[in-house]
Order: sequence, then C-alpha cells, then structure tokens
Amino acid sequence: MAGLGGGPAAFGRCTHAVVRALPESLCRQALRRSAGPEVDFARAEREHQLYVGVLRGKLGLQVLELPADESLPDCVFVEDVAVVCEETALLTRPGAPSRRKEVEAMKRVLESLNLNIVEMVDENATLDGGDVLFTGREFFVGLSRRTNQRGAEILADTFKDYAVSTVPVHDSLHLKGFCSMAGPNLIAIGSSEAAQKALKTMQQMSDHRYDKLTVPDDAAANCMYLNIPSKGHVLLHRAPEEYPESAKVFEKLKDHMLIPIANTELEKVDGSLTCCAVLINKASEL
Amino acid sequence: MLCLSVVTMTTEVGSETEVKKDSEQLGPDKAKDKPEEASETPENQKSKEASSEEAQDSSLPEPTSQSSPSSQKKQKASPESKGISRFLPPWLKKQKSYTLAEPKDEPKKKATGEEQVIEESESQTPEGVAQPRKSLEEAAENHHNAKADDKEKQSVSSAETPQLVKEDGKEMEVEKVAEKKEENEEEKEKRETKEVQTAEIKTDDIPQKSPKKIKTVQCKVMLLDGTEYSCDLEKRAKGQVLFDKVCEHLNLLEKDYFGLLFYETSEQKNWLDPSKEIKRQIRSLPWIFTFNVKFYPPDPSQLTEDITRYFLCLQLRQDIVSGRLPCSFVTHALLGSYTLQAELGDHDPEEHRRDYISEFQFAPNQTQEMEEKVAELHKTHRGLTPAQADSQFLENAKRLSMYGVDLHHAKDSEGVDIMLGVCANGLLIYKDRLRINRFAWPKILKISYKRSNFYIKVRPAELEQFESTIGFKLPNHRAAKRLWKVCVEHHTFFRLVSPEQPPKAKFLTLGSKFRYSGRTQAQTRQASNLIDRPAPYFERTSSKRVSRSLDGAPMGISDQSLRDFSATGGQAAGDKIIDTEAAGQANLKEGGREDGSPVKTPQLELTQDGKINSLRVDGENIYVRHSNLMLEDLDKTQDDLLKHQASISELKRNFMESTPEPRPNEWEKRRITPLSLQTQGKKGDHIFQVKTLPGKEKQWIAMPWIDGAKPEETDKSLEEEITSILFSKEGFGASTRGPFAAASPGPAEGAAGEQTGASAAAAPPPQRHASRAEGPCTGVSNADKSSHETLDIVEEKKQAEFGIEETVVVDETNKGKMQVATDAGETCKVEHLSKKDSSSLPSDSSSSSSSSESEDEEVGEYQPHHRAIEEVIREEQEEEEDMKRKEHEEKIQHVEATPEGSKLNVPVEHTQVTAEDLVQKNTVTVATEEKKLSEEVKQDLGQEKEEEQLKLNGDVSHVDIDVAPQLICCSEPPVVKTEMVTISDATQRTEISTKEIPIVQTETKTITYESSQLDGSAGGDAGMLVSAQTITSESVSTTTTTHITKMVKGGVSETRIEKRIVITGDADIDHDEALAQAIKEAKEQHPDMSVTRVVVHKETEIAEEDEE
Repeated sequence: MAGLGGGPAAFGRCTHAVVRALPESLCRQALRRSAGPEVDFARAEREHQLYVGVLRGKLGLQVLELPADESLPDCVFVEDVAVVCEETALLTRPGAPSRRKEVEAMKRVLESLNLNIVEMVDENATLDGGDVLFTGREFFVGLSRRTNQRGAEILADTFKDYAVSTVPVHDSLHLKGFCSMAGPNLIAIGSSEAAQKALKTMQQMSDHRYDKLTVPDDAAANCMYLNIPSKGHVLLHRAPEEYPESAKVFEKLKDHMLIPIANTELEKVDGSLTCCAVLINKASEL
Repeated sequence: MLCLSVVTMTTEVGSETEVKKDSEQLGPDKAKDKPEEASETPENQKSKEASSEEAQDSSLPEPTSQSSPSSQKKQKASPESKGISRFLPPWLKKQKSYTLAEPKDEPKKKATGEEQVIEESESQTPEGVAQPRKSLEEAAENHHNAKADDKEKQSVSSAETPQLVKEDGKEMEVEKVAEKKEENEEEKEKRETKEVQTAEIKTDDIPQKSPKKIKTVQCKVMLLDGTEYSCDLEKRAKGQVLFDKVCEHLNLLEKDYFGLLFYETSEQKNWLDPSKEIKRQIRSLPWIFTFNVKFYPPDPSQLTEDITRYFLCLQLRQDIVSGRLPCSFVTHALLGSYTLQAELGDHDPEEHRRDYISEFQFAPNQTQEMEEKVAELHKTHRGLTPAQADSQFLENAKRLSMYGVDLHHAKDSEGVDIMLGVCANGLLIYKDRLRINRFAWPKILKISYKRSNFYIKVRPAELEQFESTIGFKLPNHRAAKRLWKVCVEHHTFFRLVSPEQPPKAKFLTLGSKFRYSGRTQAQTRQASNLIDRPAPYFERTSSKRVSRSLDGAPMGISDQSLRDFSATGGQAAGDKIIDTEAAGQANLKEGGREDGSPVKTPQLELTQDGKINSLRVDGENIYVRHSNLMLEDLDKTQDDLLKHQASISELKRNFMESTPEPRPNEWEKRRITPLSLQTQGKKGDHIFQVKTLPGKEKQWIAMPWIDGAKPEETDKSLEEEITSILFSKEGFGASTRGPFAAASPGPAEGAAGEQTGASAAAAPPPQRHASRAEGPCTGVSNADKSSHETLDIVEEKKQAEFGIEETVVVDETNKGKMQVATDAGETCKVEHLSKKDSSSLPSDSSSSSSSSESEDEEVGEYQPHHRAIEEVIREEQEEEEDMKRKEHEEKIQHVEATPEGSKLNVPVEHTQVTAEDLVQKNTVTVATEEKKLSEEVKQDLGQEKEEEQLKLNGDVSHVDIDVAPQLICCSEPPVVKTEMVTISDATQRTEISTKEIPIVQTETKTITYESSQLDGSAGGDAGMLVSAQTITSESVSTTTTTHITKMVKGGVSETRIEKRIVITGDADIDHDEALAQAIKEAKEQHPDMSVTRVVVHKETEIAEEDEE
C-alpha cells in the first residue's frame, strides 16, 4: 500500500506477471535491427516456456499469459506496451507502428487487475517500455528510435512522484538493451561505449548514487530482478552458455538467488529477458 | 628519505573566550562593522581590535564614527550616521538609558511596578505616554553616553584584555571582567549603536530631541495555516524584524528554513531579504507577505521540533494543492490520509461521515474516488499521534521528485522553454516534466547572471579538459537575478558550513554583492540541537489555528516597553543577566529597528525565557556573514552559548574529520593547506603545524585585503612569496583566497597586472596538462577565459590536490565527490598558480571585479566552492602573522620573486640551511622555504614565478616541483618532479612530468591536521609582535625548530609556537609514530596551549624516471 512504492526496500516486489505467447509469425516478421540467423521457433518456444515456468513455478508469481496473435509478430515482448509502477499502469504507444495493437490485449488484462490505467493517446508520442528503467527511486527513459520526448513526458505525467530523466540511447534498440536493475540499488550495465555513456548520463542526472554491476556483454546486462518474500533477491540472468564472462560477474552476487535463463532465439529479434514480462506488484486489498 | 617536519603552532589567547563570539553574535552590527571595515580598510587586521572596540564604541556614537574610519559603511549607508547618537531618537536611546542610566530609567520603571508589569503597561500605553519617558531618557542618555564613553575608553585602554583581540569576544570578556551593570551598559551601548545604525535613517527624519512618532507601516503576513498576521513596522525596518516577529508569533525556533515572500506580480515572487530594509524591497504599499518554507530540509526527521515539522507539513500541503508539488493519485491519497490523522486524529465512524473529508483539500483536482481512498487509508492510521502522522506525511513527501525544487522559467541557448529547478543538491534542468540535466553543486564552479542571462560554469566532465559555461535566458533581468540569488542561497544553506562572506565592495566593481547571510543548514541544525524547551503546544486545526494564545500578548505594543523590559529584566535577572541581556539585545535590536512601531510583547516573554532566537539581524549588511555564528547564540543563555560554541567547534571538527556533507568545504580547506604543505613538501618535509586559532572569522575576512595590501607594500618578491605563502600556509587560505580574490577586488589590484601576465604565461602549459586528460586542469584552457576563471580554477585545482593528498593520507570519500575530476597534476598547477598568485590573484581580482557585484546588480557572480573560506581565512591570518613575523625576522627569504626556475636541483646543503632558515622560517614556514627555494632556484627557467617549491629538508636530495605543469611548460630540461599526490592520483601526477629530462621523482605526502575548535574570532589581526624566538635543536635524525611568537592583539596576548620537526631517515621510519611523538611532545611541553594545526609532509624519493 503505501505511496512511493514503500521505498527502496520494496523495490522488485511483485506478485503478478503478464506474459504473452509467441506467434509463429515472429520468426519471419518480427522487427529486427539487423538481419541474422533465423529464429528457431521451437527452441524459442521452449526457452520462453522455461522462462514462464520460472516465474510461475519457481517464484510463485501469478502469471497471466496472453495468447499469441499472429498478426502481431512482436507481441511476445509485452514489456514494451505497458509500464507498471505500483498501482498505476501506463499503456504505451510503441514506437513501431506495427506493434500498436499489442496494447489492446494488455489493456484488458491490466484492467482485470484493477490498476489505474493511463493510456498514451497523443499521436506525437511514442514510448517503448524497453526504454524505461525504473530504479525504485526514479525513472530513466531512453530516447531512442522507439521512444521520443513526448512519450517520456507522458510517462512523467503519469508517474508524478518520480523524477523522470531522459537518456539518449544510441547503438541499441532500447535503453534496457544494455542495462537493467540487478538489485534495489544496483544497476547492471554493459561494457560498450554506448552503455557506459548512458550510465554516466544517468549518474549525473540522479541525486542518488547507484551501485553498478558492469558485465562484459551488453545483452547480458539485461537481467530481471525480483524481490520475492520467500526467496529474497532473485535475479534472472543470461545463461553461462550464452555469455560466460558476464555470467561469472553475476555469480559474484552472493545475496541473490541466481537463475540462469537462456534466451538465444528471441535475442535474434532483439528480445531480452525483461522484454517478455510485465511485472506487477498488486498489493493485497486494503 | 623521509622528512618529517612538525610545525606546531600554538596560540594562546589571553583571556579570549568563545564567549566573545557570543558577543559578536549578540551584536550583529559589530559583525557588520567588521566586515565592512575589512572591505574598506586593508589594515583591518590591525584594526580588528579597533573594530571590536569600535563596535563597542560604535555604541558611543561620536567616538565610533570619528575614531574608526572603518565603521564608515554605516556612514555610507547614511552619512548622517556619524552624529547618530546625538540624533538618535529617544526611544532608541531608551534602551541604553534604561540600562545605562539605570537610576533615571529605573525609577520610572519601578514606579510603574515590576519591570515586567511595567513593560506590559508600557506596551499598552500609547506612544504619547511613552514619549515623556523618552525625553527623560534622552537626558539620561547623554549622561550615560558620557559614562559609557569613559567606560569604553577604559576598556580600550585596557586593551590588553581580550576584548580587543576578538571582535566577538570583546564585549563578552569585558563584561565578565567588568561588573554586570557595566556589561549591561556596554551591551546596551552596543545595542544602541546597532540600533543607531538601523535607525540612522530614522534619526534623520526625526528632530533630535523631539519625540516624534516613527512612521509605521502596517504589514500583513499570510501564514501557512491560512491565518493572517498583521503588525505595524517602522517604515525603515529591515526584513529581519518582520521575520522575527512572525516567527515569534508562530513560536517557531527553527526558523532558518523559512522566509517571507512578497509578490511583485502574481507570478513574481521574491524572498524578503532580512538584511535589507523592507521598503527598499517592496515598492508598493500594502506590505503583504507570505510566510513560506524557503529551504526544504531534505530529511525532515532531522528537524528538532514537531512544530517545525508541522509548518513544513502545512507548506507541503499548500504545495500539493497548488500543484507545485506533483503527486500521483496514490500519493495524494496517502498524504491526505496522514493529514486527516494529524488534524482529526483516529478515524471515528460515528463522527467522520462521508463528507468529513470534503472540508479538506488534498489535491489540485480532488475527486470523489480520491476522497474515498483517503478515508480508507485514514482508517489504517489508527493510533498515530498528530506528530507521528506529520512525520509520516513528511517521510513520504520528501521522496517526491519535486520536493523542495524551486522552479524558474527559462530558455536554453536555443530558445527552447525549460525550467530551472534549484534544490538542495544543485540545479536541475527540466524540459516540460522531464529532467534533462542536472548540475550538482559540487559540479558548479560559478554562478552568475548578466542582464537577463543566467550562467553556470561547470566543472569539466571526465575526459573533458575544459570547463564549460552554460547560459540560460530568463524572462527578464529581475528573474535572472532572482534565480541567481536563490542559487546562492541554496548553495550556501545546504552546502556550506557557514555563510560565505559577501564580496567586498570596491570601486569599479559591478554586480550584486548579495550573499546569503542567514544560518546554513549545518548551523541551524547545530543550533536547534540546543533547543531546550518543552514541546510547544500548538493547535493543528489548520483552519482555526490561533497562535496568539501562545504569546499571550496583544499584537501591537510599543516597543519601548519591550526595550525597557528587556533591559530591566537583564539587570534584575542577576545571574542570568548575560542571557537576558543577550535576549534583550536581540529585542533591542528588533526594537531599535522597529522603533516607534508597536512591538509585540511576546518577544519579551520569549526573551526572558532566553529561548527566543535572537534575530541575527544582519543590519543592512549582506556582508555580515561572519556574524551568523555569533548571532546564533543570541537567543541562548550563556550556558547555551557556550554549548553552542562548543558544538560549533565540534561541528567543525566533525566536518574536518568525517562529516559527509560539509566536508567539501573542509576539504577545500584542507586542500588549501596541503598546498602549503605541498610547497613545504617540495622542500621535502613533513610539517606539522599546530595552530591555535582564536576566533578568526571576522578578522579573517579582513585578511585577504590585508594580504593584498601587504604584498604591495613589500617587495614584489615578498609579495609573491607572501601570496604563495598565504596560499600554501593558509592551506585554507589558498583555496579561500581564490574565492576571496574573486570576491574581493582589493588584493587583486596590486598583483593584478602581474598576475595577469603570469596567468597568461602560465596558461599555455596548463593546457598541456589538460591534454594529459586531466579535466580540471582546464586552467590552461581557461587562460583564454577571463582571469576570474583562472582563479577559480586555481582554487579548484587546489581542492583537487587536497583531495588527492588527503585521500592518500586519510581515506576520504569526499574526494571522489568533489574533486574527482581534478587531477593531481592540476593541483600542482594550482599551487603554482597560487604562488604565482600574485599574478593569478590579480587576475582573480580582475575577475572578481566582474564577480563582485556592484549594486547595479546587473551582474552577479558567485563561486560556490568557496565555502570553507572562513576557516581558510583564519589560517590566512595566521599565516599573515607568520608573514609579518617573517618580515620582522628579516627577509632573508626575500630571495627572489623569480621563483620560476622549476627545475633546480636542490643541494643537500640547503637542508641545513633550511633548518636554520626554518627557524626563522618556521614561523613563516612555507614562505621562507619557498623563498629559499626561490633563491636557489633563481636560475630557473622561470617564466613564471612559481616559486621554488623545491625544498630540501634535511636530507632531501631532490627537489620537487609541484608546479610541474607550468614548470613543464616553461622550464627547460632538467626538472625535478615532485609527486604531491599520493597513491591514487599519483599516476596522473607522474604524467605531468616534463618531457625533457631525467627527473627525480619524489613522493611527497602532506598531511595537515587542524583543530577546528578555535572558532573565536581570531586574534587574527595584526597585533604586535612582542617577542619571537627560535630554538633549534638537532638530534640524530631529527631536527626540531621551534619558533615562538608572542603577539598582542587587541589587548590579548597570544603566544604561538611553531615547531618544525624534520625527521630524516630511511623509509623504514615509522611516520605515524614519529608524528604522534612529535605532537605528544609538543603537547607536553605546552600543556596550556592547544594544537591548532599539524602538517605532515612526507617526501620519499622514489626513483629517477624520465618523464612520462
């Protein structure tokens, strides 16, 4: 209950997760920044199921799984269409026009959770949830090809309690393409120049000092932190098979329950770990 | 090789006590005077005594005005002030008369009855009734004045007494010595003077003995609870008078977070400057103000009193409802529920029906849904007391991103609309609702405005070499100035330990002299820790709140009664006289200003309690910053005062040691010190300087000027040395200096020409350094920039150095924060710069001219980093003293100003010489050394004056050049490279080295320990050198040089002992042990003295390397 998320201590708390199955159209039609190997759909599905299984089975979240929509090849990346913070959900206007319809299903499910829903109706605004990094104290919004200033403004208007700082993003699809929260006060950050530059920007913009966890691989810097009452700090990170060096870094986090997750297939279409779920902390009814 | 040099300086101040400070505090006017003096007269140091005396004298009108040229500012303000005493309106005099002319006044009082009774009666009595008394009083006053003069004279004659020494202390000490009555009288006199100052103008208007009524203006103040407070103010009253009245009315002690707003237009809000006359700030006649929170405490839980939190809550509720503090729905509801809990208590289903909430407004757009949510949450707060509910409210509110952010409309360089938000941590830049940039205070080097433009100069970012200046376009000139002032105030309040001294006004200077003159957060916290009263009762019902009951007195009462009362009360109090006096003074001050206008009785009560915070009335001075400390104590009883002082000193100590926030300042200070050390270090010694610093603050202010003046007097070489010395020795001084320079044109003048030249010369080299990747070094690049910048840079660099060095020695986190950017190399440069200083300083001065503002206020500059200044200043004074001593001793050191030769190898021989020299030097320590160096060095390349920092102590075979950068540039081949920096930065440093030749690398570490305790005003002023002796002893590996100096300052004799211990040996020497031993010995030898400063300089020969 409490305002402002109950403070940093409550950061990462979540009770629900919204995910969406992947459509077969993903393999050929999903947006991708650069051409590359084709997605092995079966494997992608397997990985995704594993991922959902961890959330549901291992972490005990209530997972709401939306059905795939073949007309929306990117629909599995639910993170981009909604930003949920505490009791409020902002339905975004994704930067890619082909994805705007993904919002509808998300809206329905969020409404079912009784969240305060804010829709981004401004036609000049675009925002991908993948560009939104919430640290528990403030928001950083990457200004990328998918997210513009206006979108960020609307986010700021939606979450008025928090400072919303903009961070220019280059060489990455999303801000969270090279960073994420790995703990209540811990930013995981990639080693690329773009990542480091963005981190500097964030550090300058913030009144708060974050710890940083630098990993060799930008893609591995996207991890998923959860604070599960019975488990404590939980961190889903990319598997050692994918990014062995980065995995080693994560393994140094002694206080975290580490769960390696492979994401080889979706990564081909710019998918990351955080991309595939919207985490919600639904406070028990008062 | 290890050289440990321990310089112990101990200063005994005769009878000085911190109490003096109190007195200063009591008499802000004095403070004012002092600063003023400082600014006006270079000789201030010497005159400090005088000033203090003057301050006292000032009470005696004639003597003051005539005798002390320094007191002129008052005169400036109003030429007529000289004769003021004569012209003083009766009421003003009354106070005096009461106290002074007890017989006459008292009878009156007695006649009426008890003092208090009298007061009340008086207060109630119409002015007309009071007037007769006034006339009588006047008559009495004359007598009194005469008496007072005599007394003062006596006191003066007895200059030996500590009074003179410390400005602050003067009165106090005297008081102690003298009978209480006398004290009272004196104080009263002081008060009078003060009052006189405030009332000067009044005097003009009013015929001498005619008891005219003072023109009063009705003021209305909208309070946070929605009620209105009104009172009559004397037309010429300063803002502080009104503010204090309001705070009294509110029973608010922690008032430094608050202020009074007035609106020029519906949009343009301005903070009422407490130090200026109201009528000069608000042009239109209905005087309507709004009482508001000015500085939002980042952590409200650290406020001492619930009542303070309550007002903060009220402010935040306003902010929220008005939309200034945006909240989410949930937060609106939560905060609203805490409001209900605080205002209504536990939710009562019976009493609290559906609509009970509708009476309250929680949000700009309150919906039914929100109200329901509020009610829902309200139920969950059952059991919370109002105070707890307020605390919860604040805990949530403080996390809001816009909490405490003061927004100003502006445009960026491209004309895009943005908002500039000033907050505790720095400056935030918003575009629409988005934060697009942020400049933390440590990152900002200078804040200025010109016309409608507002500029910040920002420290170079990592990997950047140059500082950048960012300009914003404000809607108009006034807006720019307003923003600038808000920035200055916020920076000072949240980042500085004590307010910065306002720039001294010099001719030809432009811009605003405005500085924040109130207490800083650190000070107010310290002060509020001393609050000792039962939690005041107050009603929370925002709509119905009536605070009058608290005061118990009617609003409008003639101040006369107050004055009388306070005075009488003081006398009656007997033991507590001092306290009461203090309070009385405060009242008096207020009263004086208010004269003629009704005064609230409440004050009286408060004063009696001794709890009332006296107003730190700054008089008109913006300059008075020093007085702040002093002022703080006004409200408190002696004990409190003492505690307070103690606490202040503690505070400082803490800062020195570990306090997180304040550190920066201290770091700066330290850094500065290090510079000196560095210079020393170059010499290769570890120097422990123990200095007891008497209250130096005020005096110090004067110092810079003096410095400037002195140099001029002395040979250029001396000047250079001195300046360098100042920098180095002062440690603080250096850094401070820079600021000072900037602030005060005076010093700069002398050197300016030279400096500029020097700076120009120096400039190129720095760039090289910069290339190294040291961002801070920008100095070079800066060269292009105005001289000002150079100065700034210098300071920064110094800081950087400090940071580095200290880091090494001490582990400091701060370093990272403040000066991470700065490089060691730069630091070196800085030092050089400083040494060059004269040149650099001048440049500063020039810059300062720009920075220091004339009243046009077209331009304003403010350099945030000066903070530590005060302390620095102190050191400077000492140093100055040292300087003097040096001079006295002989200028052996005079060697040359041409220090430039960066490259000299210092012969070992020098060591011995140094020892000898040291003796003499010791006093001067750094300077002399430098001189020596310079002598040796003369050969150098020396484009620049960087002097000689190379020193050999005892064994040091290698000379280090801190200045490296410049040196590098200028100098030719063989360079001795000194590593000032320790471990962390060392790398960078090394890089600095010269390209051309084999360099001997020496690792030098300098540590300075300084006890902050001595806050008192320092004896800092000139004073007389009574005796000086130097003793040198040499043991196997240790050379100890002791220099004893006795100074008579303002009647206080001060003995200062500097010991320089050079320990030479292999690396296996235990420095710590040696140091500890040295200090221990010093203490043992002089048990009655205190160790003020310990400077450790460690020099280790690392190896010979080529330049990197």
